Amino acid sequence: MSTTLPLPLTEQKKNYLNEDYSWKSWLFTTDHKRIALLYLFSITAFFFVGGAFAVGMRLNLMTPEGLFDHETYNKLFTMHGIIMVFFFLVPSIPATLGNFLIPMMIGARDLAFPRINLLSWYIYIVGGIFVLTAVVRGGVDTGWTFYAPFSTTYSNTHVIVAALAIFISGFSSILTGLNFIVTIHKMRAPGMTWSRLPLFVWSHYATSIIQVLGTPVIAITLVLLGMERIFQAGLFDPALGGDPVLFQHLFWFYSHPAVYIMILPGMGVISEIVPCFSRKGVFGYTFVALSSIAIAVLGFLVWGHHLFVAGQSMYASMVFSLISFMVAVPSAIKVFNWTATMYKGSVSFDTPMLYAFGFIGLFTIGGLTGLFLATMAIDVHVTDTYFVIAHFHYVMVGGMVMAYLGGVHFWFPKITGRLYPEGWAKFATLVVFVGFNLTFFPQFILGYQGMPRRYAHYAPEFQVLNVMSTAGASILAVGYLLPIIYLTWAWKNGPISPKNPWKAKGLEWEQAPSPPPKFNFEHQPIVNEPPYNYSGEETETTDVRS
Amino acid sequence: MNWASIFPPRASTAAGEIDALYSFLIVVAGIMTALIFLAVLIFAIKYRRKSENDPVPRPIHGSLVLELTWSIVPFLIMLVMFAWGTKLYFQNYSPPPENTLDIYVTGKQWMWKVQYPTGQREINELHVPTGRPVKLTLASEDVLHSFYIPAFRLKHDVVPGSYETFWFEATTPGRYHLFCAEYCGRSHSDMIGWVTVMPPNEYENWLAGGAAGAVSLEKQGEQLFQQYGCVGCHLMDGNGRCPSLRFVYGRPVQLDNGSTVMADEAYVRESILNPNAKVVKGYPHNVMPVFQGQIGEDGLIELIAYVKSLAK
Repeated sequence: MSTTLPLPLTEQKKNYLNEDYSWKSWLFTTDHKRIALLYLFSITAFFFVGGAFAVGMRLNLMTPEGLFDHETYNKLFTMHGIIMVFFFLVPSIPATLGNFLIPMMIGARDLAFPRINLLSWYIYIVGGIFVLTAVVRGGVDTGWTFYAPFSTTYSNTHVIVAALAIFISGFSSILTGLNFIVTIHKMRAPGMTWSRLPLFVWSHYATSIIQVLGTPVIAITLVLLGMERIFQAGLFDPALGGDPVLFQHLFWFYSHPAVYIMILPGMGVISEIVPCFSRKGVFGYTFVALSSIAIAVLGFLVWGHHLFVAGQSMYASMVFSLISFMVAVPSAIKVFNWTATMYKGSVSFDTPMLYAFGFIGLFTIGGLTGLFLATMAIDVHVTDTYFVIAHFHYVMVGGMVMAYLGGVHFWFPKITGRLYPEGWAKFATLVVFVGFNLTFFPQFILGYQGMPRRYAHYAPEFQVLNVMSTAGASILAVGYLLPIIYLTWAWKNGPISPKNPWKAKGLEWEQAPSPPPKFNFEHQPIVNEPPYNYSGEETETTDVRS
Repeated sequence: MNWASIFPPRASTAAGEIDALYSFLIVVAGIMTALIFLAVLIFAIKYRRKSENDPVPRPIHGSLVLELTWSIVPFLIMLVMFAWGTKLYFQNYSPPPENTLDIYVTGKQWMWKVQYPTGQREINELHVPTGRPVKLTLASEDVLHSFYIPAFRLKHDVVPGSYETFWFEATTPGRYHLFCAEYCGRSHSDMIGWVTVMPPNEYENWLAGGAAGAVSLEKQGEQLFQQYGCVGCHLMDGNGRCPSLRFVYGRPVQLDNGSTVMADEAYVRESILNPNAKVVKGYPHNVMPVFQGQIGEDGLIELIAYVKSLAK
């Protein structure tokens, strides 16, 4: 049979969502799109669990005396950190949008290892059950950083269960990264050369490298922590002959690169949204693509900037400081290129683009305050204060969560085949932006004033700024609940979306229906144009000099 | 302190310099942020899509000149931050100048114990004079802590199992917050206290007032030296089973493995807690009992003060 017969009309409407409604078809699916949705629902649940802990923290901090006792507050910030970092941020964009889109963007039917992809979700869920067990049995009070010897010898909370949860979920992260690397290398459609890869794919490639190389280190570190706690192995506790600073080195050797696991995919989303809503190819494609790789490589060499006051050699600190400045350069390159992409473009203000504006603004502030922390003399004063809290929330929440929401809105028509209510979505974006800034900007001031982090009770002069922060957090909470409501509504009741509502470029929009069929494309796509070819040009055009 | 003030009170020689660097960073970051915000705003408004039928823009692929400019120029500015920040850090964290006032601080869940050379002890209070460098030796009885005085713009982790030292010079009399900045368990946020900075003459009076009945650190150390029976072997004439401790502190010591070690606070501490780690050349192993877990950090500080006094 070499001729293709036109399919009956009812058959043509079959897609990955409606081909089978049974629960088995979801729990045993190997379709990357369905697995992406399994992840989407799971991480959303964890986001709201982690968010509930944050609500508790902000309520406690409304008054200097606090609402809760010390133990409760310490467990709130620990569980907030563990759940948000390991069960929301690390899998967030890669496991949902990455999983859904990477095969579609490169013109493949699925990831290279569909069953390993499903396995990674089950591993994530097992890890999630462990972390919820730790919560239900009374929580953990070590902080998400698990610093020894407090975690190994002094804490009498459920450290081992929580460490196991992270240990297990790490394998899901490794498998996702491995799957992406192999897929991007081996499954690209004819004509999809490396220089035609969407930047979303480039940034996930860089992320995957960190996941595969970095995650084993945190796994080993947690095993050592368990050995110390259960068998008194004498690794980290000086009373047993260990070195507590060694733990910090091991922990940050993963956990600083992990910060880039948590932001690179967001940068990938922004690199798709900005050209689409400017109707113009990305400015400096090669620089944006390679800056992701530069971040992944340099990101492994900066962990010591967490130890400037830990008694590390001053000369080691100096080298870590310098490399920390260097890693800021590729991030700056991206911001400048996104901005330049809009120059002489045709800019529209749809919700995804509003999130991209929010990302560029908040990530800029998050990145620039990172320079303050790379400056050793300033870091000495503000490390372990609210300045650090504000800085990384600007990157992780202002950056990654903004990008995540922007991406979810951008690809919502692709994923569901429906349109979301644009008015509500724009309103929610505004609420998120205002709430976010009111929550976290006062914390920069609090930090320089000297308020330490992880304080259940605080000095009275810090109250006004803390009340502002709590007020902002309540606005932010509304901003996060709104999309849940209207997106759920739109999934069932929204207007049917055309195939490509944004007139976006890219195989996932141009060559596949919305929602896509089980194997993504009706025909094998062939790529014969450069990426983001909004003007429809055939060949490379001339360079524009400034 | 006004709740909205950007700067907490300044009370050390380092504070003004760090605030100056911080102000520079705020200005640079402010300009960078303004540039990017303005560019985004202007492009978004000027090139906004007026209707769906607007022509598709002409592609602009990039510019090597621009890429190099916005990579190199920010990096050069960052090098200024790096150089300035490194210079100040080395200035503040290099070994202290001569003639410091040495004070010993032990962190313990959840309090700060302070010992003065003249023998006074305080809890969650530190008194220092203006105009004289003060060297703190930090020890921990249990977990990590971090000794943080925002008004001095300085902090240093307190690491169990080792001594960390740092120094400062207070400038402005007053009472300032002392915080534990490294999470240390349940009552971490109660591990706070006050630093009182006094003019030198008032400080002398304060010290004299508390000195009634206080026995100096080295005298207390001497008592412990007798109490633990150290005196039986560490004979001063060098004929004991263990080396004489006279003229040892601050000098190099030959070890039986052929290497040499400087007899500083860390070495003396280690030799008390774990005597077999670094044995002096010509002396046997396993003679001295292991004092790990037997002597608290404050006792160690007193013993070290005594060993120091023997070298005078």
